[in-house]
Amino acid sequence: MHEISLLESVLDTLETQAEQQGFQQVKQVVLEIGALSCVEADALRFGFDAVMKNSLAEHAELVIINIAGQGVCPKCQQSVLLETRHDPCHHCGSFGVTVLQGQSMRIKELIVI
Amino acid sequence: MCGICGCGSSSKSKFSPLKPHHHHHDEQDSHDHAHESHGERLIRVEQDILAKNDSYADENRAYFQQHGIFALNFVSSPGAGKTTLLVATINALKNTRPIFVIEGDQQTDLDADRIRATGVAAVQINTGKACHLDAYDIGQAVQSLSVPDNSLLAIENVGNLVCPSSFDLGEAHKVVVLSVTEGDDKPLKYPDMFHAADLMIINKIDLLPYTNFDVARCIEFAKRINPDIEVLQLSATQEPTLTAWLDWLDTPAA
Repeated sequence: MHEISLLESVLDTLETQAEQQGFQQVKQVVLEIGALSCVEADALRFGFDAVMKNSLAEHAELVIINIAGQGVCPKCQQSVLLETRHDPCHHCGSFGVTVLQGQSMRIKELIVI
Repeated sequence: MCGICGCGSSSKSKFSPLKPHHHHHDEQDSHDHAHESHGERLIRVEQDILAKNDSYADENRAYFQQHGIFALNFVSSPGAGKTTLLVATINALKNTRPIFVIEGDQQTDLDADRIRATGVAAVQINTGKACHLDAYDIGQAVQSLSVPDNSLLAIENVGNLVCPSSFDLGEAHKVVVLSVTEGDDKPLKYPDMFHAADLMIINKIDLLPYTNFDVARCIEFAKRINPDIEVLQLSATQEPTLTAWLDWLDTPAA
């Protein structure tokens, strides 16, 4: 369950932002989670309330924006949509597609009071 | 906890106490942020969730480079033979170069005790419920071990093929150990780890006749995930099979 560690890291960022930006409460947290990142959106949702309890983000809404996996085929140079990291190129069938998008896990924005 | 802005709250984050907190709670007046704006507002953060771990990892990597420390992060599922491989490696190399070991397990000092029995210094990190080591843990352990310049630093991560793949520790390479008593399809089942690793060691190769593990298939799957991954086959309990691994540790490229 590294999702809990990741959520603790999110909370840490919220606390730093609260100090820097001067807010008291977080109403909404928007995360961007890539389809190829090693994190399960459902597990984040499951752990979010528990980790945010008794913090400035207690009762905050979690919004997860899914970012599709995308890459380029090293053989045919075409753009490839990826559901998993080891999907073959759907144009020519080659493996080893170079991933360009979908690996990230980012805190995009917050709505705060 | 500050009742005005909520900072200093009882976050369970293990990172939170580490960064100094420039905030004077003695006087309300010292709060310099805008408490008068109580309406909702949008704050753009655009920050990687792992940014803090990655910054500690960058510090570790810079420290290792400055001091000529060659750090390896050993990952595998439980029971693949990481500790046995480390003990065999230490016994082969301990008279030729300084070696230090950081052991990560959820509980017990048993693995560090096995390493210390070789005469090499080891520090055990118990991660409690956490399923991986993080870069802050490693920075602290390196300081406590007083690792000398030009050492080999072996970090044995928690036995887990999932979570440690996300956490950069500042190592030169991740080394994934897979034993032939496991499935040869593990690279496809746990692609993030095999993508993150630079070297795959197929261990317990002496047991191959007693299993249906297909080495070629395993390597083919690993290269699908990571075309550049290097592969070595050995048995940590059979010293003559370690030669290529010891050479790998010795190559300037490594």
